[in-house]
Amino acid sequence: MITEWILDTLIRALAVGTPLLWAALGEIYAERSGVINLGVEGMMILGAFFAFAVAHTSGNPALGLLVAGVVGGASALLHAFLSVTLRANQYVSGLALAMFGLGLAGVLGRGWEGIPLLNTLPEISGLTYLGVVLAVVLWFVLYHTRLGLVIRSTGEAPAAADALGVNVARVRYLAVVFGGILAGIAGGFFSVAYRPSWTEGMTGGTGWIAIAIVIFAGWDPLRAVWGALLFGALYYLSFRLQTWIAPEALRMLPFAFTIVALAATSRRRRGEGAPEALGLPYASGEK
Amino acid sequence: MLSLRGITKTFPGVLANDHVTLEVRSGEVHALLGENGAGKTTLMSILYGIHQPDAGEIRLRGRRVHIRSPRDAIGLGIGMVPQHFLLIRRHTVAENIALGLPGERFVRPARRIEPRVRELGARYGLAVDPRAAIWQLSPSEQQRVEILKALIRGAQALILDEPTSVLTPQEVRGLFDVLRRMKQEGHAVIFISHKLDEVTEIADRVTVLRRGRVVATLPIAETDKRSLARLMVGRDVEFQVRKAPRTPDGDALVADNLVVLSDRGLPALRGISFSVRRGEILGIAGIAGNGQRELVEVITGLRPARSGRVRLLDHEVTNLSARALHEAGVAHIPEDRMLMGIVPAMSVAENLVLKQYRYPPFSRGPVIDRQAIAQFARRMIAEYEIVTPGSDVPARLLSGGNIQKLILSRELSGRPEVIVASHPTAGLDVSATEQIHTVLLQRRQRGAAILLVSEDLDEILALADRIGVLFSGEIVGIVSGAEADRERLGLMMTGQRV
Ligand SMILES: Nc1ncnc2c1ncn2[C@@H]1O[C@H](COP(=O)(O)OP(=O)(O)OP(=O)(O)O)[C@@H](O)[C@H]1O
Ligand SMILES: [Mg+2]
Repeated sequence: MITEWILDTLIRALAVGTPLLWAALGEIYAERSGVINLGVEGMMILGAFFAFAVAHTSGNPALGLLVAGVVGGASALLHAFLSVTLRANQYVSGLALAMFGLGLAGVLGRGWEGIPLLNTLPEISGLTYLGVVLAVVLWFVLYHTRLGLVIRSTGEAPAAADALGVNVARVRYLAVVFGGILAGIAGGFFSVAYRPSWTEGMTGGTGWIAIAIVIFAGWDPLRAVWGALLFGALYYLSFRLQTWIAPEALRMLPFAFTIVALAATSRRRRGEGAPEALGLPYASGEK
Repeated sequence: MLSLRGITKTFPGVLANDHVTLEVRSGEVHALLGENGAGKTTLMSILYGIHQPDAGEIRLRGRRVHIRSPRDAIGLGIGMVPQHFLLIRRHTVAENIALGLPGERFVRPARRIEPRVRELGARYGLAVDPRAAIWQLSPSEQQRVEILKALIRGAQALILDEPTSVLTPQEVRGLFDVLRRMKQEGHAVIFISHKLDEVTEIADRVTVLRRGRVVATLPIAETDKRSLARLMVGRDVEFQVRKAPRTPDGDALVADNLVVLSDRGLPALRGISFSVRRGEILGIAGIAGNGQRELVEVITGLRPARSGRVRLLDHEVTNLSARALHEAGVAHIPEDRMLMGIVPAMSVAENLVLKQYRYPPFSRGPVIDRQAIAQFARRMIAEYEIVTPGSDVPARLLSGGNIQKLILSRELSGRPEVIVASHPTAGLDVSATEQIHTVLLQRRQRGAAILLVSEDLDEILALADRIGVLFSGEIVGIVSGAEADRERLGLMMTGQRV
């Protein structure tokens, strides 16, 4: 009985953990390049809607995920344009993207609610395993390749990278768009695999949790795997325990734990922690 | 080989370069001289593609070139060692050097260049551990990394913006050997320095800038220190400030058996003891990285002491906070002025009251009195001759020399009993150096105890009443300023007790 319960929780944690991991990995790359994108939730919900719409019309859920990735990337492009080219405040732009995505998906999704999806992907699918493989690959790229060095440098000291001929704007654009693609796919996972249907706001705040995982993981793709699993379990438990504890209190659980985790991980040694230029717009030659 | 013609550049409120023309030949070291804020760095930033000129053109081997970014500059064989280092503090030395290096392999680029870094370091006397993180290094070690960065990219023309300001005399000699070798191989070197002795030693020709304009370009053989200084500032300069005799009073600052750990957790000071008396300047000489930074930090409350004691005017002050120490009368002129000396984004006026804003007349209760602050700022700007477009511009826009004057005026305005000055004139022009030396001597005259940490032996010899030499976390010896000479101090700096 109890082992079954634990096993069940674990499996469900893996299921919710999958989109959390994908979204967090994307955000890690964006933030490592120096751009914080608080619009993850918005990119995810857009991904969820387009994945569902495409999967429903074409009957191909994988195609749905693909389109979700494109949509996520395109919406991230907007954030990149605002924050890199126009040098707008990244926090405001990201929050706007989150609101915009939620609103747009709500409008577009009218009339799609309640329709069942015939061809779905399993909850624990290739995406879960691929997510772990992706984490390892992204970790390796970040710490052990030229590309990773360029991305990290851009986020730490853009002026230094610029002086060595690195195109800071291009790196940041690519990283942000890459983050958007992963967030879009993460969102698509909800509507074609996790709960194959479309409901408004179905990503349920997981985009915000993904951002917390980034910090919890110390901007390290490998550690994000554990973060995603942990937060996945909490997220699932917040539904599972509803029989015993008030649902309102439970729904706070992942977010309350986010605060606890941030408090616990904030005391880091020098050399860890957020990229030094995170959130700061860069312009060449400015003093 | 390289020529800049009619380069003009304005920043909001400042004409930084005004029709500057500069010819640099291959196989020469061309010195660029000028007061703080004369526009040297701006000119070099234009050559390196960081700034775009408003007017003028650049020619390389007779061909007109457009340098729109540092990438273009590197591609054309131009390298730069900037005045304010452009290093990634959390990355390792090798990572900093490997970044953007053409032809490096994709996987583990930093590991791959480690042997090359070691080899170049050994060859040029620029030894540095490729695996150390930048934030763990002293300024002089960081500069080695910058030089290595340019060398490894095989620059044909190398710009060195005040490269010697953080080097010891020995290291300067080593650097000059590097520059001479580069000259022989036909490289062009543009050398910026405020130290006229260095310029006359290494340069073949010199160009002097004043307020953004070229006032002269001369072969070094046709000029001397005195006339160069006159060209720079437009008046005669005292090189040797006059030091009035003064008998020191009682002990003001006493360190007793201090043990302090470095950032890496290793002992940086291994039980040192000394005292500084009122009306006395104790100079601390030594090669960077022998505990100077930790010494300054422990006395100013920025780093805890493992054991041992610090006493200030007969009060125990060991491990008090920086603010408590400031209020007890310790002024701190920090070595890294951008990082620790000012808040770069805040205005000049705000920076001037950073340590006093909480007291009258600058605030009444919780409310800050802008008017009083502005008035105070105007007075300080006038008194210390700080060159700035106004008291409300961000402090980061000031030139290095003027930032230092800002810090000095702030720190000394509270009439401190003890002044801890770390490399106070690094990067400053002759007249600013003269000014700051005069101010420090005035304070000594009035009875302040001054701990002067500097790598500039000439500065220490000119100012200090007694000189202690730090080596490997210990004081090798303390000699009286009158008896000290460069040779003897140089030996002591390598750890020999003489
Ligand atoms: N990015 C910038 N924005 C605005 N003003 C600037 C900028 N860079 C430099 N200035 C101003 O231009 C003038 C020339 O500065 P520059 O740094 O070239 O002087 P410098 O000769 O290198 O002085 P120092 O010897 O102190 O290094 C100064 O008045 C400085 O305040
Ligand atoms: Mg300069």
